[in-house]
Amino acid sequence: MNFYSDNESLSFYLRHPEMEKVVAVKEKDFSEAGRHPEAPASAEEAVKQYDLIMNLLGEIAGDVIAPNAEAVDHEGPTLEGGRVRYAPGTRRNLDVLIQSGLYGVSLDRRYNGLNLPRAVVVMMAEMIARADVGFATIWGLTDCADTIQEFGSDALKDKYLPRICQGATCSMDLTEPDAGSDLQSVRLKATYDEAAGCWRLNGVKRFITNGDADLHLVLARSEEGSNDGRGLSYFVFDRADGGMVVRRIENKMGIKGSPTAELQFTNAPCQIVGERRLGLIKYVMSLMNGARLGVGAQSIGLCEAACREAEAYAAAREQFGHPINQFVAVRDILDRMRARTDGARSLLYETARYVDLAASSRPASRVADILTPLVKLNASEFANRNAYDCIQVHGGSGFMKEYACERLYRDARILSIYEGTSQLQVVAAMKGIASGAYLKQIESYEARVAEALAADFGIVSGAPVSELKHCLDVLRKATAAYGRFYETAAVEGTSSERFEHSTRALTDVLGNIIMGYLLLLDSLRDARFLKSCKYFVKESIGQVSRHIAALENC
Amino acid sequence: MSFRIVVLAKQVPDTHNVGADAMNADGTVNRSALPVVFNPEDLKALEMALQVKDRMPGATVTVITMGPPRAGEIIKDALNRGADDGFVLSDARFAGADTLATSYALSQAIRQMGRVDLIFGGRQAIDGDTAQVGPQVAEKLDMPQITYAEELLDVDAGGISVRRRLERGIECVKAKLPVLVTVTSAAADCRYPNAHRMLRRAKDEVRMVNADGIGADMDRLGLKGSPTKVKQIVNVVLSHKESVVIEPTEAALGELSATLIKAHIL
Repeated sequence: MNFYSDNESLSFYLRHPEMEKVVAVKEKDFSEAGRHPEAPASAEEAVKQYDLIMNLLGEIAGDVIAPNAEAVDHEGPTLEGGRVRYAPGTRRNLDVLIQSGLYGVSLDRRYNGLNLPRAVVVMMAEMIARADVGFATIWGLTDCADTIQEFGSDALKDKYLPRICQGATCSMDLTEPDAGSDLQSVRLKATYDEAAGCWRLNGVKRFITNGDADLHLVLARSEEGSNDGRGLSYFVFDRADGGMVVRRIENKMGIKGSPTAELQFTNAPCQIVGERRLGLIKYVMSLMNGARLGVGAQSIGLCEAACREAEAYAAAREQFGHPINQFVAVRDILDRMRARTDGARSLLYETARYVDLAASSRPASRVADILTPLVKLNASEFANRNAYDCIQVHGGSGFMKEYACERLYRDARILSIYEGTSQLQVVAAMKGIASGAYLKQIESYEARVAEALAADFGIVSGAPVSELKHCLDVLRKATAAYGRFYETAAVEGTSSERFEHSTRALTDVLGNIIMGYLLLLDSLRDARFLKSCKYFVKESIGQVSRHIAALENC
Repeated sequence: MSFRIVVLAKQVPDTHNVGADAMNADGTVNRSALPVVFNPEDLKALEMALQVKDRMPGATVTVITMGPPRAGEIIKDALNRGADDGFVLSDARFAGADTLATSYALSQAIRQMGRVDLIFGGRQAIDGDTAQVGPQVAEKLDMPQITYAEELLDVDAGGISVRRRLERGIECVKAKLPVLVTVTSAAADCRYPNAHRMLRRAKDEVRMVNADGIGADMDRLGLKGSPTKVKQIVNVVLSHKESVVIEPTEAALGELSATLIKAHIL
């Protein structure tokens, strides 16, 4: 089974018209063409390369990682003599990906990376997560390398980045017993050792995903006497240098193949990444945005897996003399699951493209910043709902351990918690809500759809124009209603309790409108997205009307 | 001189993905309707060859196939997985070859390469199931052969040891080089392609070699060189009346044993 070739949506987004600009930015206008044997000379050639790579990864995800998922979930990692030993299936997954050159894929070619843009890397993460979300966390942590590549010194890059491309595993050591969502409270100490010419770490980190990794990025307090985020710096610690023990690995509800560890650092030698004091306020924020996009990708992988498990079961299971997918009540569940998957996926790849374009455009960077919390929030909540619905479609069988849906249900639960809870994503979205940045983005989508519908050549999918126009009309109404909702909620000011209580609802409505528009734009190119588009059109108008009524009457 | 390894491979119809139009009305295979794949046991043979290459620094692996130009796909695949070189024997004069003509063409291609230390091939192809081509190539090259290999145990410049899987057990054998080895489906899966190799070779054309390029006697090629004549292909399905239900009782099982012994089956 190939998780790329069996999912047409992936090649649809790989060939999105905006990918041409993404490739040009990532390839620095093809400056390496002819100088490096792997560098493409055009956007078309680059997309062909991505297609080859996606096919390879799709095969590995379908034929290696997915079949290993159940045993990995069952066996999990073990702690032996202070070291974590992966489950055999996890080790096999890693070995195959490393041997295939699919590790450290976003890094520059000079470090033996594949120089893949974010829009392609998240697609790989989606496929891996569809196979096994727990393993996707281990593979996805190579994103740490991007932080070193972006902010580290040349010496640091030359030392560590080639190792990551050769398979060195990574972890992002942020959380401590008293510093979870509130990372400003991090206490792990970093002191400079003049004699040895290096920094040294002392303290405890907790809930560290892939905690016994080869390379760790550690957030630590370098400025003695400080007590906020400005006293924190960022360090790279090499496991081979010693000074760190794994105290325990957690017994988790889900993603059981991914070792979550508590670490004790004792005079552990390390090197600083970038400048002092910028650890949290610059580097972790950058890393965190990438990680949130990564969790979005994991969530959509899980959404897809849940859809397919439910669709397959509903097609095979017969009751009252018919497959249960012929009953409207079941069909409705399946359609909602598919719509959520389509909507969140369209938002994921839209955001990823903006993240790529942000490297050379300040406006694109601003859009990436506002869309990222929407991806994390919506995709992870949808993953949970799809996992719930997947069990519902299975009925009593879904409650038994024999079916994959129970694993998906457990794996989904962390997605709306780690790398920033759903509630923190709402906080992150507030800036864009208050500034009107989301509305500005919605206006640009509205203009693009209206322009395409006004010109006959704007629609290549064959979708009925009347239906597309109707969707546009309703989305316009929903956007206008969102404006009223915002005004009503903010009538006592944006720092009022009334407004704060409305922030989640405002963010949800915005998410639905944006996903509705994105699927409408997708429907111009491919009519198969129209059904899911209509779901978000209906959701957005229904939801906003309900919230306004509640606010005005209660 | 470097250590040279040859892998014999074949592109075959993917019998795991057979659609409704896979067979013609006359009972022959409709090849145009079938997806094609690297013959599974040949992939295992490639892996064993690559394992030898891993252990023998400087060793080179060359993959040879015979077929239409499209068979170049498996050569490219093999190169992406770690082979150093490969080519397709492709010529209308090779068409219609049975195992005799095929093994002749392959052996001629290998002769052109000069000294070769090891030849690997799958035990058989999933479209023909003859298991004859490997052994016939060895005979034509006057080379010893090891069949049914499932694991590489040891290799050096002097010889190779492998484990063979036989019907009634296993055999560990050692042979001097050069030798031809056929590999069974129990052997290790082939490693996946490497993304960097794929990108570096994406635009490369696969080398095609015609009948003139292997110094062959044209009468021994293709249909002309193939004594096999297919008279008829029959789809055999065992019908219910040919099967007997045995009750799981001591008496019935005893009777079954006696019948099988009498028929010299046991």
